[in-house]
Amino acid sequence: MSPTRDEQHWMYRMMVTSRRFEEAIAKIYFEGKTPVFNMAKGPIPGEMHLSDGQEPVAVGVCAHLEPHDVVTATHRPHHQAIAKGVDLDRMAAEIFGKATGLSGGRGGHMHIFDADVNFACSGIIAQGMGPAVGAALSRKMQGKPGVAVAFVGEGAVNQGGWHEAMNLAAVWQLPFVCVIEDNAWGISVSKRASTAVAHNHVRAAAYGIPGVRVEGNDPYAIHAAAGEAIARARAGEGPSLLEVETFRLAGHFMGDAEGYRPEGEKDALFARDPIPAMRARMLDEGSATEAELAGIEAAAAARVDAAIAFARESADPAPEDALTRVFAA
Amino acid sequence: MTKPNERKLTIARAMAEAVAQEMRIDPTVFVMGEDIGALGGVYGNTRGLLDEFGTERVRDTPISETAFIGAAVGAAQDGMRPVVELMFVDFFGVCFDAIYNLMAKNIYFSGGSFRVPMVLMTSTGGGYSDAGQHSQCVYGTFAHLPGMKVVAPSNAYDAKGLMTAALRDDSPVVYMYHKGLQGMGWLGTEPGATVHVPEESYALEIGKAKIARAGSDVTIVSLGIGVHHALKAAARLAEQGVSAEVVDLVSLVPLDRETIRASVAKTGRLIVVDEDYMSYGVSGEIIASVTEHDISVLKAAPKRVAFPDVPIPFARVMEQFCLPDPDKIVAAWEQMTAA
Repeated sequence: MSPTRDEQHWMYRMMVTSRRFEEAIAKIYFEGKTPVFNMAKGPIPGEMHLSDGQEPVAVGVCAHLEPHDVVTATHRPHHQAIAKGVDLDRMAAEIFGKATGLSGGRGGHMHIFDADVNFACSGIIAQGMGPAVGAALSRKMQGKPGVAVAFVGEGAVNQGGWHEAMNLAAVWQLPFVCVIEDNAWGISVSKRASTAVAHNHVRAAAYGIPGVRVEGNDPYAIHAAAGEAIARARAGEGPSLLEVETFRLAGHFMGDAEGYRPEGEKDALFARDPIPAMRARMLDEGSATEAELAGIEAAAAARVDAAIAFARESADPAPEDALTRVFAA
Repeated sequence: MTKPNERKLTIARAMAEAVAQEMRIDPTVFVMGEDIGALGGVYGNTRGLLDEFGTERVRDTPISETAFIGAAVGAAQDGMRPVVELMFVDFFGVCFDAIYNLMAKNIYFSGGSFRVPMVLMTSTGGGYSDAGQHSQCVYGTFAHLPGMKVVAPSNAYDAKGLMTAALRDDSPVVYMYHKGLQGMGWLGTEPGATVHVPEESYALEIGKAKIARAGSDVTIVSLGIGVHHALKAAARLAEQGVSAEVVDLVSLVPLDRETIRASVAKTGRLIVVDEDYMSYGVSGEIIASVTEHDISVLKAAPKRVAFPDVPIPFARVMEQFCLPDPDKIVAAWEQMTAA
C-alpha cells in the first residue's frame, strides 16, 4: 500500500528535517576542532555518527507509529529520533551537552531518551533489542496498545544479543519488529567480509517468523513493508524482521576518512540520494507541488535553525549535577 | 527450637513469600528467569509462584540471559516491575551489557525521565566444590559500577524485607543471595539464616547496616554468609574474654558507612570478612571508609579475611583453604593483637 499524500508530505518533511539537522551538526561539530582534529574540543564534543542517506528507513517505519509505540535506536539515532517525534530542541541541546537537553547533558548524542514518545537508545551494538522486546512483552502482558520497534545496523545481526532477543520475541509471539538498516559497512568492515549470508532477512527463518528485504533505499517500498510488519504486530500475530538496504553518505563517525570505501562509491551513492529522488517522484506523481515542497523545505530548515539556536543559547549544566539522577527520584 | 508464635522460614521461602505478597497487590510485578516456574527456582526462591500466578506472570525463559535481562529493562521502563533471576551470578559474563550499560545507566542517561524498577536476583557463593564458574560472589564487581542498588541478606527476616523493598524501589536492585544460606539441604545449610519471619508484608530500608552482635574490642564487618562466620568467631573470642561487634552490611549500595565508622570508632579495631576476591573489592572499600574518614580511631592495622586472588578451585581441601571461616577470623584477631 502506497503512503497517502499526507503521509508522503510528512515523510518528506521528516527526511529533510533530519538531513538539515545533520548538516547543521556536521558544520558546528568542526568548530574548534581545526586545524588539528581533537574530538574533545568545540561546542559539540565526543563522537558523532550522522545518518545522512538513511532517512528513508526511519520515516518509512515511523510513519506507522504513534507516540505510545516504543522505539529503541542505536549509536546513530538522529533520523530515527526525529521521525519518532523526539523533541528537537531538547535533542539538539542534549547533543550540545546543555542543561536543557533531554537528560540535562548526561547522555549526549548516543543516548537520546524521550519518555514522552517512548524513545530510547543504546550506543552498544544490538543492545537496543532486549529493551524493545521487553517493552513488547509489557504491552502484551498489560493488554495495552502499542508495538515495539528496534532499529539496528546490519553489523548488529552478528551479535549474540540480537539472536537471543529475536528468539525471545518469537517464542513469546510479541508485538515486535526488528528493522535492520543495512548500510553495508560496519565502520570499515564490509558486510560481505563479516556476514556469511548475503542478506540478513533470511535469518528470520531461524526464528520461524517472516523476514522481508527492501532494496533501493526507497521510502515508498519501506513504508509498504513496514506497514505490513507493524500491522502484524498490532494484530497480535507476532514479530517480524525487516531488512532495508540503505547507505550512509557520511563516514561512520565525524573525522572518518573513509579510506576503506572503493573508489567512486561515494559519488555513486550521492547520485542516489533519497531526498532529491523522493522530491522528484512526488512532483512526477503529482502528490506535491513545487510550492508545497519549497514550503516543507523552508519549514524544516527553520525548525532546525530554531533547535540549534535553542541548544547554543542554553546554559551548560551545573558541573555538580553530574552527581544527581543516578537513581530514580 | 521453635518457640510459640515463631515462624521460622528459610531465605528461599522468605524471598518467595515477599514476591508473592507483592504480586497479589501489584499486577505489574512478574518473574522471569531460567527454571523459575515449575521447578520453583534452582534455589527454591520462586517455589509456589507458578501455581498461584500462572505462566503469564511467572515466566520460564530460554537460556538467554542477555535477552531476558535486556527485556526486563524494557519492561521496567514501560511500567512493569520485573523480577529476573540470574541463576548463578557467575553467569553475568554472558549478559553484563544488559546489566551495567542498560539497567544501571538508563535512569541517568534519561535524566531521570525513565524509571527502571526491576530486581535482578542472583545466587552467590561456594563451599560445595562447584569450582570457579559456579561459586563466585563478585559483590565488588556489581557494587563498583554505579546505578545499581545492591543488597545481600544474611537471614530470612532480612531476605523478606529486602525483597519487598527492592520490588517497591523505582531503581534497579541487585539482590544477591548466598547459596549456603538458602536452606536447600543439598547445598549445606547455615541454620542461623533460618529465622522468624512475620507473615505480614514489611520492607527494610535499603542502605542500612545492622549490628548483628554488640561488642567493644573489635568490629567484624561482613555480609551474607560471612556474617555467620563472624558470629561464630565472635562466640569463640568471647570465650577468650574478647568482645567482638559484628556488623552485617545488609546492603552494599548504598553502603552504610556511618554504622561502620561508628562501630570502629567504638572498638578501635577492624576485621573485614568477605567471600569475594580480596583485591579491589568490598573489603578494601570498607577499610577505606574508615581510614579516609578518621584514621586516628584505629588502634591496630585493619585485617581482611577474604578469598585469595585465584579462581575458585574445585578440590575440597583447596577450596576450603581459600574460603573465609571462623578459624581464619580468630587467627586474624590473634595476628592483630600479637603485633
